[in-house]
Amino acid sequence: MKVEQISIFIENKSGRLAEVATALGEVEVNIRALSLADTSDFGILRLIVNDSEKAKQILKEKGFTVSKTEVVAIEVPDRPGGLAEILHVLDQDGINVEYMYAFVERCGGNAVIIFRFDEIDKAIHCLVERGFNVLEGERLYQM
Amino acid sequence: MYFNEEIETLPRQALEALQLKRLQGMLERIYANVPFYRETFTKNGINPGDVKSLDDLRRMPFTLKQDMRDSYPYGLFAANMEDIVRIHASSGTTGKPTVVGYTQKDINTWTELIARSFVTAGAHRGDIIHNAYGYGLFTGGLGAHYGAENLGASVIPMSGGNTKRQILIMKDFGSTVLTCTPSYSLYLAEAALEEGVDIRSLNLRVGIFGAEPWSESMRQEIQEKLNISAIDIYGLSEIMGPGVAIECQEAKCGLHIWEDHFIPEIINPETGERVPEGELGELVITTITKEGIPLLRYRTRDITSITYEPCICGRSHARIARMSGRSDDMLIIRGVNVFPSQIESILMQVEGVEPHYILIVDRKDNLDSLEVQVEVGERLFSDEVKHLQSLAATIEKQIKDLLGITCKVRLVEPKTIMRSEGKAKRVIDNRVR
Repeated sequence: MKVEQISIFIENKSGRLAEVATALGEVEVNIRALSLADTSDFGILRLIVNDSEKAKQILKEKGFTVSKTEVVAIEVPDRPGGLAEILHVLDQDGINVEYMYAFVERCGGNAVIIFRFDEIDKAIHCLVERGFNVLEGERLYQM
Repeated sequence: MYFNEEIETLPRQALEALQLKRLQGMLERIYANVPFYRETFTKNGINPGDVKSLDDLRRMPFTLKQDMRDSYPYGLFAANMEDIVRIHASSGTTGKPTVVGYTQKDINTWTELIARSFVTAGAHRGDIIHNAYGYGLFTGGLGAHYGAENLGASVIPMSGGNTKRQILIMKDFGSTVLTCTPSYSLYLAEAALEEGVDIRSLNLRVGIFGAEPWSESMRQEIQEKLNISAIDIYGLSEIMGPGVAIECQEAKCGLHIWEDHFIPEIINPETGERVPEGELGELVITTITKEGIPLLRYRTRDITSITYEPCICGRSHARIARMSGRSDDMLIIRGVNVFPSQIESILMQVEGVEPHYILIVDRKDNLDSLEVQVEVGERLFSDEVKHLQSLAATIEKQIKDLLGITCKVRLVEPKTIMRSEGKAKRVIDNRVR
């Protein structure tokens, strides 16, 4: 039920993002979803890719600091209020969202949102119990 | 274990009597043989015979690094050139290098003092000493080399650089003692990791580190990463080279300075007056046996304190504290005196911080600014911005609390701070361009 995400520390200087993308392209790693959190000095690039081990390896070789994090991918009904329903149940159960971002592809007719929780197991339990579709990592990497 | 038990444990009264006798002889020698000293004495109305007790030394004039530069290259030599068997020179970061010459007796003294120092550090006959101090004009390489031979150890004359090869040889030759700068030892540990060599499991037992100031927390880091006992050695080419003072493995608390050859004093660098025992000040050294280039009250610019308390190792020679910096590389930031080693100790206390940092001092709108660049390795990294920001804020607050200066901590990618194979460059001061 958990999805593997890799995070990369990037200094705020020109060309660094391009170097990440190029390195991944060279070893034929495909980026499935991404988000960039930035400050004035540095950024954290978060990626979901089709082969996180390979991605991590090549980026470390290129001298980047890389870490793996577990996140959750949830299918969200593609209609007004779809996301609100999910956030509402999380709020009810007191689960804090550290950050979230949208997946590039759609799943059937629905959108996919990636969530990072501090209490990941509790969050999955809560969402499954309320009938939301939590996607398997394997399925996501191949989408 | 002692190399020269009689002299290393000589009771203080006898040691001081020996010092006075040698000091008086040295004053006669420089007055007779070095025009610079003869003129200085005459100008100040001093006679070499004025020194009746060790306390009288305080009335003698200082020798400055500038005096050595002014007499470049051989002006302060007290021996004839035909008696000089070796010449070394300091790195000369500002202007001309300072040149020193050794007679055969000076070389013998040096090799004795290095051998004493290495035994004090925990090395012994039969050790395989991996000497990664630079060979050449710099005193580190050759000084440690001949001293180690005198001890009866096997020396591997590695010199600096070529890090991959250093690791291969350290592993295959079974090096037991490592001599280099403290920052290079951590660089070696890092490089070993990259080569897939577990440096902790090698035969290394003792590291003898000097030539740059380092902190107690850096010692912990080195001992942990290399699985060795790390010992601080002190020296400077003007006085002799490495081996002027060394920590004992028993106490690791202050460096025994070999007082049968050197008289240390701690002075207030502003007033030139001696400070009380235990107080910080500038180390001043008088060489009392040197023939090549004897120096009277040489201002080292190194900041330390001294204690004459007996040591658990049994040596009677006084101990100087780990150098807290140099009075001339001290940074003054918005009027606050800051030593890079102080910032280093703060950084090393933060969980996960690697000892790779650089201080960038600048002046914007007539206001000094300090930026501390810290590398983000895997142990520090988090996928959440708030964790990294709070890390930077924590370091900034620590520096503010302990040193009273506001700084900016900038997190940078690993390996972006230049690695040094000799003395680490810790400061970029853009104000002095």
